[in-house]
Amino acid sequence: MNGTPFSSVAWVLGASFFGSFGALFLKIGAGKLQRSLASVVTNWRLLLGVAFYLFSSVLFVLGVRKGELSVLYPMVSLGSVWTLFWSRLVLGEPLTRAKFVALGMILCGIALLGLGTR
Amino acid sequence: MSTSSVSINDHAQQRRSFILVVCCTLIGAAAQVLIKKGAGALGPDPTMVQAALAMLLTPALFAGYSMYGVSTVLLVLALRHGQLSLLYPVFAMTYVWVTILSVLVFHESMNGFKLAGIATIVGGIAVLGRGKPA
Repeated sequence: MNGTPFSSVAWVLGASFFGSFGALFLKIGAGKLQRSLASVVTNWRLLLGVAFYLFSSVLFVLGVRKGELSVLYPMVSLGSVWTLFWSRLVLGEPLTRAKFVALGMILCGIALLGLGTR
Repeated sequence: MSTSSVSINDHAQQRRSFILVVCCTLIGAAAQVLIKKGAGALGPDPTMVQAALAMLLTPALFAGYSMYGVSTVLLVLALRHGQLSLLYPVFAMTYVWVTILSVLVFHESMNGFKLAGIATIVGGIAVLGRGKPA
């Protein structure tokens, strides 16, 4: 099979966006965790994080229905770029030079994949 | 306990974490192939609800996401004892396996742009793992 429709790319990039909120809420929720099952089940931040991951998985399934896995799967890495932004904005984590370099490389890689699948 | 035996234990721990992450990349890549197979078998124009139900009811999708879950748990276990900066680049091996499997299983074509794109992303993930917290 050759080529990946734009709609598939859009679904997968959408999945990466919502998945990054999953990571954010898991991180916030995990910080408030205590050593009891009740504290896990009633931790709405953790549950919201899981819900975001599940929603993102549904979008990924819709995206990967058509097109090439070798193009669509690596595009999920855009999620790390979103996560870097939320980590800076919400958690106040510093954006180091290494993170900027990584961000640029991931974006370049996704653009190259897009060129390769025409 | 002498310092030398501590460092040997440390080394063994780091090795175990490394092997654990390699296993997790193999399981994770196999999971993606199953997910792609299951998703490809969905009917034309499925709704979000149909896709969500298919994740539970289509064997390939269910197995794929179960394996994805297992690989995530393995990664968390490995990260508890190993160094993130060493294990993160290893974790990026998933992209290499997925590419190889895409060609072998789905007969997807390869070209310079795709290979360069995948290599650049793997490099980016490796650099991300090196980004010190402060």
